[in-house]
Amino acid sequence: MSSSPWFAPRVALSTKRTRVLTIVSFLLPLLIWSAVSYVPFLWHPKVVVIDPGDVSYFKVDMLVDREVFKKESSKVEAAGKTLPTGKRANPIYLPAPHEVAKAFVTSFTTEPQRRSEQWLHESLWHSITIIFWGFILSSLVGVPIGVLCGTYAAVSRIHEPFIEFFRYLPAPAFGALAVAILGIYDGPKIAIIFIGTFFQQVLIVSNTTRKLDISLLEAALTLGAKRMQLLFKVVIPGILPDLFRDLRILLGWAWTYLIVAELIGTSSGITWFITQQARYKNFDNVFAAIMMIGIIGLLSDIILAKLGKYIFPWERSANKA
Amino acid sequence: MTRIELPSYLEQSDEVKERFDEIKQREVILEVKDLYKYFTTAKGEITALKNINFKVHRREFVCVIGASGCGKSTLIRILSGLESASTGQMLLDGEPVSGPGPDRGMVFQGYTLFPWLTVKKNVMFGLRSQGMSEANAEGEALQWIDLVGLEKFSESYPDQLSGGMKQRVAIARALANKPRILLMDEPYGALDAQTRSRMQSYLLQIWHNIDITVLFITHDLDEAIYLADRILVLKAHPGEVQEVIEVPVPRPRDPEQFMSPEFLATRKRIDELIHPPSDEDEDDKLNMIRLTRVGDEVEP
Repeated sequence: MSSSPWFAPRVALSTKRTRVLTIVSFLLPLLIWSAVSYVPFLWHPKVVVIDPGDVSYFKVDMLVDREVFKKESSKVEAAGKTLPTGKRANPIYLPAPHEVAKAFVTSFTTEPQRRSEQWLHESLWHSITIIFWGFILSSLVGVPIGVLCGTYAAVSRIHEPFIEFFRYLPAPAFGALAVAILGIYDGPKIAIIFIGTFFQQVLIVSNTTRKLDISLLEAALTLGAKRMQLLFKVVIPGILPDLFRDLRILLGWAWTYLIVAELIGTSSGITWFITQQARYKNFDNVFAAIMMIGIIGLLSDIILAKLGKYIFPWERSANKA
Repeated sequence: MTRIELPSYLEQSDEVKERFDEIKQREVILEVKDLYKYFTTAKGEITALKNINFKVHRREFVCVIGASGCGKSTLIRILSGLESASTGQMLLDGEPVSGPGPDRGMVFQGYTLFPWLTVKKNVMFGLRSQGMSEANAEGEALQWIDLVGLEKFSESYPDQLSGGMKQRVAIARALANKPRILLMDEPYGALDAQTRSRMQSYLLQIWHNIDITVLFITHDLDEAIYLADRILVLKAHPGEVQEVIEVPVPRPRDPEQFMSPEFLATRKRIDELIHPPSDEDEDDKLNMIRLTRVGDEVEP
């Protein structure tokens, strides 16, 4: 019998409760969505025409506003002609959960409309490579600069004021410039991810580096460590687990720049797929594609979290204690 | 009640006197000459340390004691090279030294073990920094880990150890460099009373077994008297050496001696030096509200 309260400040929940709440957090939005989709008197602002009756412009399966349907019905009724029949429906942009679930499979198997276009899996893969290169390039430059900024005051002074200014410039603002310099294909897209990630990255990494306990550096000094040893044997290993956590968060941010990045130059990747499907009014596919981004993001983060526990064994022991 | 008449802390038995004569014959490891330290603050310049002069002989155990704010931590940080003196000199084996180095091992109150390294790798850190090969460093490290009795934990990470064990690793790590002197900055301040007294006995054992000179900072009178040959008593504002006390308690030391007349006499003397009766004590008195119940007689 666990009678511990559900709401106690900063007290961890039992594993069972944690699991239940995790499931509920996904179930709740799904439940609301299902209710709006399947309970006919909830919302449903449209009517789908089953039999047009004598309304001249109604056609089978046509979606009309409820008011329009009512007005036309009363007009036909007054004229003594056949009434149209229909049932309440949601707008086309809100597909029901089962339609989206089906779209998860069908969107992969639907052939592209034109030869030159990509299958969904190709689009997704293209998006992932854009994120990958943007993030890797940013990290290759941003992490070392961040670590140096956090370690040496002089390096920090020469970088951080400008970066602090630059990070307020919205990355998409550089879209046109990036296209002019890097062409219309993947170059400018990677550049936008880079700009969106890099400046935050330097500041976050330098901040993490500064949080390293200075007494560890002092201890190393009294043990005879020299300048470079301080950096490579104390600072870097000391911040590694936090650095890894930072990069996980930053990777999440990089995903948020993806859509804008992919609209620049020739639209590509998952964004191209989404806009294309929206144009064909396949909103079930649109929803499925948006959810796939979420699932990929969440899965990659879970994998990285597990990897972190594996590569930083001392963190694991600290958590146990 | 009868008060036991304490002997003077200056009275030394022949045995103790002989020991001090012998210590004074030994070479001087550390010498501090005319050391001053000023800090500039918003309120102006503060003299943290004033005219500090002392010598530490080989294999001597010296404690520095003083109330908080007397500059004892500043002193040890200067000796370790983590801070620099404003004026004055510090000689190690007769040679002036500045900046931190492996010749002066330091043990901090906060353990400062590297959490990403195992106990063994922590102890190897100094040796590796000085370019010793991995295999040699490992061999040496294991000997020091044995010495502090942690051979079962050589592959553990610091966060898996108790506070006392962590501090033993820190001592082993500092000693592995074979420093000329071991500087200890309130190393047991964060430990509970029981662990603390156990650690004190450990330290005396280690000190007895190897050729090491120790300078130990503390604010605990019993700790200082129990461990030290000589005690430097510092006075605050500015930090100055008030008196250097030769502890008249014979060695080997034992917790039983805490109640011996020499021990108590020394304790009384240091207590007087650190907590002199002053006007400030009047201000320290709390305004106690008298709790009374109905029917209690309240004296005016």
